[in-house]
Amino acid sequence: MTKTLLEIKGLSKSYPGVKANDNVSFTIQEGEIHALLGENGAGKSTLVKMIYGLVRPDEGDMLLHGQHYMPHKPSEARNLGVGMVFQHFSLFEALNVAENITLGMEHAPPRAELNEKIIEVSNAYGLPLDPNRLIGDLSVGERQRVEIVRCLLQNPQLLIMDEPTSVLTPQEVETLFKTLRKLSSEGVAILYISHKLDEIKSLCDHATVLRMGKVVDTCIPAEETARSMAEMMIGGELSMPTAREFTPGKTLLHLESLSLVSLDPFGTSLANVSLELRAGEVMGVAGVAGNGQDELLLALSGERPTDPSMIKLSGVEIGGMGPTTRRALGLLAAPEERLGHAAAPDMSLKENAFLSARVRQGLSKSGFTLFGKRDDFAREIVEQFDVRTPGIDNAARSLSGGNLQKFVIGREVLQKPTVLVVNQPTWGVDAAAAADIRQALRDLAASGAAVLVISQDLDELMEMSDTFAVLAEGRMSKPRPAAGMSVEQIGLMMGGNLEESANA
Amino acid sequence: MDFSALNPVSLMVSLMIAATPILLAAVGELVVEKSGVLNLGVEGMMIIGAIAGFAISVETGNPWVGMLAAMVAGAVLALIFGFMTQFLMSNQVATGLALTLFGLGMAALLGQSYGGMKPPRTPRLDIPVLSDLPIVGPILFSHDVMIYMSIALVAGVWYFLNRTRAGLVLRAVGENHDAAHSLGYNVVMIRLAAIAFGGACAGLGGAYLSLVRVPQWTEGMTAGAGWIALAIVVFASWKPWRLILGAYLFGGVTILQLNLQAMGIGISAAYLSMTPYLITIIVMVIISADRRRASMNAPASLGRNFHASH
Amino acid sequence: MLRLEPRRQPSKTMRWLTPILAVAITMVMGGVLFAAMGQNPFAAIKIIFLDPFFHETFGPYSRSQLLVKAGPLILIATGLSIGFRAGVWNIGAEGQFVMGAIAGGAVGLALYPADGIWVLPLMTIAGALGGMAWAMIPAFLKIKFNTNEILVSLMLVYVAYNFLAAMVTGPLKSPDGFGFPESRSFTAVDSTSLPMVYEPLGMHAGVLVAIGVVIAAYVMMERHLLGFQIRLTGESPRAARFAGVNPALIVAVTLGISGALAGMAGLFEVTGPAGKLTTNFPVGYGFTAIIVAFLGRLNPIGIVLAGLLMALTYIGGELAQLSLGIPAAAINVFQGMMLFFLLAVDVFVNYRLVWKKEVK
Repeated sequence: MTKTLLEIKGLSKSYPGVKANDNVSFTIQEGEIHALLGENGAGKSTLVKMIYGLVRPDEGDMLLHGQHYMPHKPSEARNLGVGMVFQHFSLFEALNVAENITLGMEHAPPRAELNEKIIEVSNAYGLPLDPNRLIGDLSVGERQRVEIVRCLLQNPQLLIMDEPTSVLTPQEVETLFKTLRKLSSEGVAILYISHKLDEIKSLCDHATVLRMGKVVDTCIPAEETARSMAEMMIGGELSMPTAREFTPGKTLLHLESLSLVSLDPFGTSLANVSLELRAGEVMGVAGVAGNGQDELLLALSGERPTDPSMIKLSGVEIGGMGPTTRRALGLLAAPEERLGHAAAPDMSLKENAFLSARVRQGLSKSGFTLFGKRDDFAREIVEQFDVRTPGIDNAARSLSGGNLQKFVIGREVLQKPTVLVVNQPTWGVDAAAAADIRQALRDLAASGAAVLVISQDLDELMEMSDTFAVLAEGRMSKPRPAAGMSVEQIGLMMGGNLEESANA
Repeated sequence: MDFSALNPVSLMVSLMIAATPILLAAVGELVVEKSGVLNLGVEGMMIIGAIAGFAISVETGNPWVGMLAAMVAGAVLALIFGFMTQFLMSNQVATGLALTLFGLGMAALLGQSYGGMKPPRTPRLDIPVLSDLPIVGPILFSHDVMIYMSIALVAGVWYFLNRTRAGLVLRAVGENHDAAHSLGYNVVMIRLAAIAFGGACAGLGGAYLSLVRVPQWTEGMTAGAGWIALAIVVFASWKPWRLILGAYLFGGVTILQLNLQAMGIGISAAYLSMTPYLITIIVMVIISADRRRASMNAPASLGRNFHASH
Repeated sequence: MLRLEPRRQPSKTMRWLTPILAVAITMVMGGVLFAAMGQNPFAAIKIIFLDPFFHETFGPYSRSQLLVKAGPLILIATGLSIGFRAGVWNIGAEGQFVMGAIAGGAVGLALYPADGIWVLPLMTIAGALGGMAWAMIPAFLKIKFNTNEILVSLMLVYVAYNFLAAMVTGPLKSPDGFGFPESRSFTAVDSTSLPMVYEPLGMHAGVLVAIGVVIAAYVMMERHLLGFQIRLTGESPRAARFAGVNPALIVAVTLGISGALAGMAGLFEVTGPAGKLTTNFPVGYGFTAIIVAFLGRLNPIGIVLAGLLMALTYIGGELAQLSLGIPAAAINVFQGMMLFFLLAVDVFVNYRLVWKKEVK
């Protein structure tokens, strides 16, 4: 008979305008892998931050081994055996592995001893690490290992993992699962947060489902289908996208040995990226974060000019042109970061509409803004893309992630591009908005434009793409039809084995 | 022209005296910047230190009490900056400028009645035997205590940043304040401590100026020394030992041009007086030209405000 | 526990309220400061803020100084605000002010004693170019070598001061000046003297130019693409690149404009109120203008009000010096405090104060 490790009783937490957690209760047993399921914004992150002592609840109580448990700060939580691996890692790029680990420990041993321990523990769990390497030089998967090893060195009883696999290749996910199962067999409980249902089915013993801050259901994942769990999450019927006939037209975008040196000291340079994107085509570009996705978007949007002949749009060499000229010619882009790249946070939606649509929509005349036209266009985006906002005078940052993303994608789609490049179009967006965005992009392709979707979400790419390519360490695989590819193939390619596509 | 007046030994000694106020201020600012805060108010804190140190020394007759007062005054002023940037999230650049403007005015106000006075002498520390050595003696072993202290302070800061856990935490905060916060470190308190330390160092640097270097109180006597300290931190690429190089280079240029002025070599004194500032600009250009390296060394969160959103 | 909570968007009310609040707090704290100096705080505040307008004996002279002092502050601050909104921190306006005066003044002296209404405009253009050239040094170094413009522009203030000293003791020294370190008087010759438009308020031609510049700056910032690009660069540099803004161009344009305006202000100063180039004609307008720019919310209209207010503290400060013996430095403290308090209360534009209870 297993014993109860952590009991959560009626936790509530409010932020201005949102009730992030509303009377949440559930229990975690020793050695159990417990899934916390829910859409983005369901309140999962707030809940685990309360367990880890980063956020104080407004109401409620917790019991750890039957004792009152309410950590004031993470060090208290760590002392009591609760560790956490963050979704956005709590790592320091300019410091080395050992320094990063010691920063997260309460009673760190001297450096030499620590280094030995790091090597020992990391090897024991199949997560080898070199204590002296700089974090900035590590891959995303290796960085996650640092986080995990940091927790393991403190002999945790409960390990919280916030969306751990969103940044990993399928092979890395397998390694991670092995580690987690081993920990579980040693009696460590794991609170596993994810919205990837297949993973949860294969890994977790129990699941608690959150929606709008409330516990709406609990289940044993092994006894459910991915579909049934998804419907618990969104609280309704899941609509599957319709299949689409794909007949490629003439080549619109042609990349030829595109190379670009990254300006970020920890970034990835592009090397000899070549592809042809045709009218009506949606091409998916998969890859683990930090393998040149940002650089590819910058090269295509025109923010980083390249050699003129490296990029051709409908036969015209545009590599040397800036964003404005490229927009005029029909190449539009929507970067990954909504706030601060695709949109200016403190500017109104009107001004953000003007930001990228000035040229194609004719929103200015001899340099002077045509306010009426600008406002009309902003309103058109809001209406056509169902952007929920009190008005177009509101600042971009006042919108929720999903609504702002709809605004950003809508702004580009409504300009009727010849080619549209999007990076992570549905990252951190709720399911309904994500479905709308994917549909809009597919409709755009159906109308004769070409769409390049860069994403780390394989499911999304499999659902949307006609053709498929992988970006690994700045190099790109040969694009190939998406139909008939297996997850294993894609996984190997994402790990850097680009030959897989050539041989297959 | 007679260059024999340029005695290398005495030049070296006055060079070190000219460099010390800037070195003191710069080592404080380095710690502040390592914690991720850009305090442009060094000039204001220095001049407040200069008058506080001067006034208290004159009143008590004890230069050490004066220097202590200068450190307190600098730290208090710095904490005003700290309160505004850390709790009220004010813009660091603007607040630093405000600190400088306020400090210059406040120092002038406080110093009304101290013009033309002589401060008590700061004792020298001649290390026995060694200071009698020719050339090496006067250069290395025969100074006022503060010069030794300034070097020791640089060594101490280096040790703190690179060899202690507290120093590691401070660097971590400057590198990525969000990550440091999620590990449970109190970003705001750590930064406040660094800011106060920076203020105390700048205040001490100012006091050295009015008590030893000049020694006198005149309005606006820092004449950009605080800004030069900021430039030297950039020049040093945030590495403590290189601060000495930067400060002594600046001190050397200052002393050289002063000596040339005294010799009357036919160049207008005004042109010679420009050289330390011009050299500072040139040095900064050379350092910052290598963008990749510059961005590697600068603390990644430098100048960004932190607000725990939950 | 009291906590600051981010607002979903900046409060428009607070944007207008905070400068007024800052001035009010400064008056209170200024009163405390004067009281600490053994003065009657109410009398001191009255002398600084009311006597320049209403005092029977000093009033007329004080009123005629208001625009004389506000003019250069507004002109420089308008230029600075454009740069600040782009995140380009030109804090060396004082140096550009000096170099503009030298460049424009040198043209006037070279033409001496030419007669003609074209002389002053020519000097003004030379002044603007002089200030602009001086500001282009940090601009060039920032664009080309990524050098911090704050430190470079500030260093160049000291270089400019020394250059001024070299000029008035050298090439630009007045031949009839009995060896004093100063240039010929510009106001002694009609063609190089800044005309007065309305004496009682001290409105000289430079003030008219300042008003024109304010209007032009407003139109540019709010209605023109360049203004949008400048604001966008300041708000979010990456979004600006995405929008197709060339960051180097913004650095050059904003520093160029602010330098030109500061240079022009310098030229107006030596052809008007100061009358000639001397080592002490720069009284720190270039630095005070930074306060004016912030107090005016980096908005051309706000800057006019802030400039007038700051001019008032200068004039009132002189009166207080005269009648109460309050040292001139006290006014600098006063002005510094104003910027401090503004930056402090500014937090309420983006945050609100809330009371939060916490569970044990």
